[in-house]
Amino acid sequence: FSLPTAACLNSKTMASRVLVGVKRVIDYAVKIRVKPDKTGVVTDGVKHSMNPFCEIAVEQAVRMKEKQLVKEIIAVSCGPQQCQETIRTALAMGADRGIHVDVAGKDSENLGPFQVSKILAALAKKEDVQLIILGKQAIDDDCNQTGQMTSALLDWPQGTFASEVAVEGDKLKVVREVDGGLETILIRLPAVLTADLRLNEPRYATLPNIMKAKKKKIDVMKPGDLAVDISSNLQILSTDEPPQRKAGVKLESAEDLIAKLREIGRI
Amino acid sequence: MMQSVCWTPAVCQRALQVVTPTIALGFRSPACFISNGRLYASHSAQAVLEKAASESTAEVKTATNMKVPSLESKSFAVSMFKGQLSTEQVFPFPSVLNEEQSQFLKELVGPVSKFFEEVNDPAKNDALEKVEDGTMQGLKEMGAFGLQVPADLGGLGLTNTQYARLVEIVGMHDLGVGITLGAHQSIGFKGILLFGNKKQKEKYLPSLASGEKIAAFCLTEPASGSDAASIKTTAVKSECGQYYTLNGGKIWISNGGIADIFTVFAKSQVKDETTGEVKDKISAFIVEKDFGGVTSGPPEKKMGIKASNTAEVHFDNVRVPADNVLGEIGSGFKVAMNILNNGRFGMAAALSGTMKGVISKAVDHAANRTQFGNKIHNFGAIQEKVARMAMLQYVSESMAYMISANMDMGATEFQIEAAISKIFASEAAWNVSDECIQIMGGMGFMKDAGVERVMRDLRIFRIFEGTNDILRLFVALNGFQNAGNQLKNIQKALKNPIGNAGLLVSEIGKRIKRRAGMSTGLSLKGVVHPELNSSGELTVKAIEELGGVVEILLLKHGKKIVDEQFVLMRVADSAIDLYAMVVVLSRASRSLSQGLPSAEHEKVLCETWCTETYARITKNMKELNSSSSKQLFRNLRAISKAVVENGGIVSAHPLGF
Repeated sequence: FSLPTAACLNSKTMASRVLVGVKRVIDYAVKIRVKPDKTGVVTDGVKHSMNPFCEIAVEQAVRMKEKQLVKEIIAVSCGPQQCQETIRTALAMGADRGIHVDVAGKDSENLGPFQVSKILAALAKKEDVQLIILGKQAIDDDCNQTGQMTSALLDWPQGTFASEVAVEGDKLKVVREVDGGLETILIRLPAVLTADLRLNEPRYATLPNIMKAKKKKIDVMKPGDLAVDISSNLQILSTDEPPQRKAGVKLESAEDLIAKLREIGRI
Repeated sequence: MMQSVCWTPAVCQRALQVVTPTIALGFRSPACFISNGRLYASHSAQAVLEKAASESTAEVKTATNMKVPSLESKSFAVSMFKGQLSTEQVFPFPSVLNEEQSQFLKELVGPVSKFFEEVNDPAKNDALEKVEDGTMQGLKEMGAFGLQVPADLGGLGLTNTQYARLVEIVGMHDLGVGITLGAHQSIGFKGILLFGNKKQKEKYLPSLASGEKIAAFCLTEPASGSDAASIKTTAVKSECGQYYTLNGGKIWISNGGIADIFTVFAKSQVKDETTGEVKDKISAFIVEKDFGGVTSGPPEKKMGIKASNTAEVHFDNVRVPADNVLGEIGSGFKVAMNILNNGRFGMAAALSGTMKGVISKAVDHAANRTQFGNKIHNFGAIQEKVARMAMLQYVSESMAYMISANMDMGATEFQIEAAISKIFASEAAWNVSDECIQIMGGMGFMKDAGVERVMRDLRIFRIFEGTNDILRLFVALNGFQNAGNQLKNIQKALKNPIGNAGLLVSEIGKRIKRRAGMSTGLSLKGVVHPELNSSGELTVKAIEELGGVVEILLLKHGKKIVDEQFVLMRVADSAIDLYAMVVVLSRASRSLSQGLPSAEHEKVLCETWCTETYARITKNMKELNSSSSKQLFRNLRAISKAVVENGGIVSAHPLGF
């Protein structure tokens, strides 16, 4: 692949700048444990990595850049200092620069889709982006709201649960995975896309790319710099593990089954 | 107590005399030895050096070719043979990565682990007897072929410690791939990194770092394995002096069938600058397959590391430009030994990763398998196995990272430690995998479980890159040489006792205390964490015993110590054990000081290891000193002689036919 030159910029480039959100979550392979005080799950010393759907989002942006459909990819993450590791991974995959919106300690635990979407909307305006690509949801809270809220705040069209994205003229054709099957929509830019599982297979960050990523810039800013209020309207009351699965009972015949079901008041 | 005595040579002789089998009786005045005393001490010290020089075994030659360490050597291993304690390189457990290097390394661990978990298929590689093409390509793209090549030449420029961490991941998943990568960069083109001139580096390193070209290390020949100095491949200089013509054949070369660049060792006529004498000396050459005349045989069928290509490589009138001599002409042996020495820590690192993986499998089985109404991890027999496996892994890992850190700190003498780590880690890994299969029972024996493959892969690690037997001799003889040097220095001091009174007083005092079974004042208090003081004391006692026994043996056997392999093996074993004690002491101390969550567990590992190891060392030392040991060795020798002469078992069959 080669970097877009001035000549081909006009003809093919759809979005000069794309913003990709990457969230630092507990690694999918880790066994989750609830904190003894029930305020949340144990995160100290636990392995974290980039949200898998965010990886797919980054991969999509990089592929579009390789096809010269976009010029610059900005990776953004909101949270404590360690978020920079996640941004670095995005840089190693091919993003050009990063933005770390620094939210520390207690405040970071209250960060939810509402706050993040406000931040992303502000950044989109500030950095003059034409496309935002996010993962469809994060594997820790499974909210599935940030993309939708961001597009609403910006009043941009949204292509969520995208399993295919193609350029059609000056629009984007997005195939969406919905409950009933697949839905294809045509949307104008600027737009918000959220990536679903089958959109692509993320590349492995190669070691030389990780080395090159060290030289790429990460800007750090606070939510206040974007005039965003990150106070939360939600309060987590308690966190519990799912109830232990009780052993089943083996029955000999259908009559026994009916009797048993009556017994436990199910019929 | 000795200060009041007048220092005459005779008195010093008397004081320094060691009466061998009667140590237990404490210090005695050995009047009968006075006349021979001085000569005896100097001869034995001198002779070890001379004999070692004429010995043809490769590693022994190294001992003499390498710089003889002065009394101020920082290497712990060197000091322990002298009954001294040089703690600079071992306490505290070194941390050499700065913030940036540590951060960078953390970023590398993820992708590499992911690749080996998701892309590389070790079972497939083993079955195909080659690394799958897609995997090979992925590894090249990943940058795995040039980990230690400087960044400006296309590599990652990793330090030894960073390299060790990544190689640990490879070792955990696929040793066949590990050898493919290691044969390429750990030895294959390491010579260019260590000894190459600017032109050679710029010409060859970029394509080697990207994996576009693969490298191989060509030393072994059909008639020259351990005895590497006896190789017969020749390199004849042309009349014009512009090139050498290479002729010969190498066997069992890793990557031999797939390499494009070879580091080849061959003998050529070298003129000694000072004497004008022309001798056959080994030189190292960078040979490209493109030079023509380089052919390789079919891949060897092996017990393990099947994915790694092993083949014969033949050189038929290969023209090698004189520019491609690596290092100085005639210095090939030194080049070879330095390359092997430099890469050894990598093996210990890889193997500690292998053990980690295998232990996880064993524990997973033990925690889930129910027999006799209980999960089997509740039974003592299994508990002992698991505990020992954990200790062996802890020691190997500690050795690997201590040595890599020492190397990164700029240490120039680590050859004994590196050899010890290779011996220890390869044998530990073999035992750990064996026990893992045992814990898993029948399952462990099945291919699907993946452990039998690891075991097959591990067997070669005790053989290649210096067989463990040769390395043991190396460790022991290196130790004796250093101890001998010290005796020589004492000998020199005796010529001027008044001028060297301080040295003599301390040396004499030490020996008297040793003979009396008292501590010579060595202590690890204040160096190790206070909670580990008892283990520290055991270690110090062991060092004193080793130092004492080494000296006794030296004086007893003199130059003949070189032939006393039964003795050397046991001394080496004790040296290995002792270094092992020290590394775990250092690591556990650091963990306690840092208040790591695992610190208490590590403390238990350390104390258990030290207790058992100290007992083992003491037993070994006692054996060496006892009069019955000599008879034992004679018996062993006689048995071997008879069996060899008979071409097999000698004893008559119990049935008479």
